[in-house]
Amino acid sequence: MSLWLWILAACAIAYVTKLVGYLLPASWLENPWVSTLSHGVTVGLLASLVAVNTFVSGTSIVLDARVVALGAAAVALLVRAPYLVVVVVGAAAAALARLAGMA
Amino acid sequence: MTVALTPAQRRGLSVGVATGLYGISFGALAVAAGLSVAQASALSLLMFTGGSQFAFVGVVAGGGSLGSATAAASLLGVRNAIYGVTANAMLRPRRWRRFAAAQVTIDESIATASAAEDADEERRGFWAGGLAVFVLWNLFTVVGALVGDALGDPAAWGLDGAAVAAFLGLLWPRLRGRDPVAVAVVAAVVTVAVAPAVPPGIPIIIAAAVALAMTAAQHRRRAGSGAVRP
Repeated sequence: MSLWLWILAACAIAYVTKLVGYLLPASWLENPWVSTLSHGVTVGLLASLVAVNTFVSGTSIVLDARVVALGAAAVALLVRAPYLVVVVVGAAAAALARLAGMA
Repeated sequence: MTVALTPAQRRGLSVGVATGLYGISFGALAVAAGLSVAQASALSLLMFTGGSQFAFVGVVAGGGSLGSATAAASLLGVRNAIYGVTANAMLRPRRWRRFAAAQVTIDESIATASAAEDADEERRGFWAGGLAVFVLWNLFTVVGALVGDALGDPAAWGLDGAAVAAFLGLLWPRLRGRDPVAVAVVAAVVTVAVAPAVPPGIPIIIAAAVALAMTAAQHRRRAGSGAVRP
């Protein structure tokens, strides 16, 4: 039940965030600081999510098949593969690394 | 059947197909993280902003608290407030339309509208892109969730590798120039460094705070010594 409540709360926050841009005076959000900081936080959060999903398991640092997925996805991005292909390459790399005996 | 689509509408539909398809990966990852098919769908219908949705299930999958998941998703959604300003200036929606426009205010609808030639095309591009992504993203979320549910052990199928790739793919196009790359590297290093010391989910919040401080410093340096504080 609590999971549902958090999901609905997170969804409400997401919607209000979008709506804010339509309701607030534009000058409040057109300050260059706002877009610069928002872009920086977005980059930081995504990089952190990459790191957590690659190297962290609970509260320990682990090197396993996910590292292979990270490398494979980076290669796919370097050759400008479409997003969906990148995701599939990441999954396939992790699955193959496990088949080959990696944790 | 002859349907005459304007260039902006065609672009909107192509963006919708491309983006909608990776709703499959979101649905599958959400179920792998322990959400039900209905909960995965609720996120796609109501939150409807891919990066935040991936963040929410990414934190839950890592054992983080639901509060951390909500905080990470909400912080990633902040850019949508700026998109709202852009869309409001371009479309000037009235009454109920602004509430509908707000829900489809995402990377893709803004990108399609921004690429249009004139005001009418901007409006058509925004709605075509936003609605096409909305319909297909939700449809493919259900497909992904059902497939993920049927797969069983997510690790055996490399779904944890898919999550890594999904986040890297979202990050990649934002790494233009030295400053964002520096922020990304520091955020990743800080995350791994603090992970053993704090509860799951918290490293992401710490990394966001560090990214905020770094970006502010970079902005101040670029603006020169006479920069105005906010």
